[in-house]
Amino acid sequence: MNAHEQPIQRADTLSVYGVPVTSRMLLGTAGYPSPAVLAAAVEASGASVVTVSLRRETAGGGTGQKFFDLIQSLGVKVLPNTAGCRSAREAITTAQMAREVFGTDWIKLEVIANDDTLQPDVFGLVDAATELNRDGFKVFPYTTEDLSVAERLQRVGCQVIMPWGAPIGSGQGIANRRALASLRAYFPDVALVIDAGIGAPSHAAEAMELGYDAVLLNTAVAKAADPVRMAAAFAAAVSAGRAGYEAGLMPVRDMAVPSTPVAGTPFFDLDGKS
Amino acid sequence: MSALTTAEVCITLNGAETATSARTVADLVDLQALTALKIATAVNGHFVPAAKRATTHLKDGDRVEIVSPRQGG
Repeated sequence: MNAHEQPIQRADTLSVYGVPVTSRMLLGTAGYPSPAVLAAAVEASGASVVTVSLRRETAGGGTGQKFFDLIQSLGVKVLPNTAGCRSAREAITTAQMAREVFGTDWIKLEVIANDDTLQPDVFGLVDAATELNRDGFKVFPYTTEDLSVAERLQRVGCQVIMPWGAPIGSGQGIANRRALASLRAYFPDVALVIDAGIGAPSHAAEAMELGYDAVLLNTAVAKAADPVRMAAAFAAAVSAGRAGYEAGLMPVRDMAVPSTPVAGTPFFDLDGKS
Repeated sequence: MSALTTAEVCITLNGAETATSARTVADLVDLQALTALKIATAVNGHFVPAAKRATTHLKDGDRVEIVSPRQGG
């Protein structure tokens, strides 16, 4: 096999809370045209972790059970969320219910501060993370790029930090690249996942090139004209971005540097008259 | 159903005011025909594990949540 025929992804495996995560793309399960498309998109993405939620059940309703059975059939690990929770108390109770229903101590912790931006309430987030870590949960906190908040989350036991790329469902991509790069540099040994705001495969590749360990996305796949094809496109972008990061990106320069050797250039005179 | 009486309590179930003859959370789940399904419960904002539903009694004004798995991002 020639060098250019090597598979693009190296055999490095992300480990989260001691559990190997075989794909660096975590996929949400909401908003797909049908359960069949959801299942096909998960398969096309190669995701080994998918996010799920809890919602009110109606009398006699089997909606939740049907969805649970579908997810079980996909053979993936579930990461329940606390989406929609407005306080630490709500998030903690939702996490406890999710642990019982889904049989996992993993929880994607969301405490939402604002309806328009869906930005995290970082104060409630740290409070909830503190209690949930004490209670044995493996917390995946959805946070901002704020370094001091990330420090507090790590201090209370979070082994994963999930800063937003941009507001949930906005598709804006990596809105604050410099801050996210700083966060990566500051926490070289913490699993960092860009969660939310990713709208295009190129955004996912950019996140991976920044050295993030994984991306978590939903809407960009679910609302694509062809979700299954988009899931595959994101999988390729995540692999490419990760491989690029591992290969070592060239430094960015302010001025041009010729790539073709200067020595031996025809018609070239040292006095600059050519 | 033998544990049930005709006396009703007024609770808020999943955000809607509800009069029910259920005496406990387990009774309520049973009356909602949800016992065999994947659900979780909370009363007044606090988680009620499955093992404690039968001993968690309902009273007027309680806010009960019964939730089940859904799609999520």
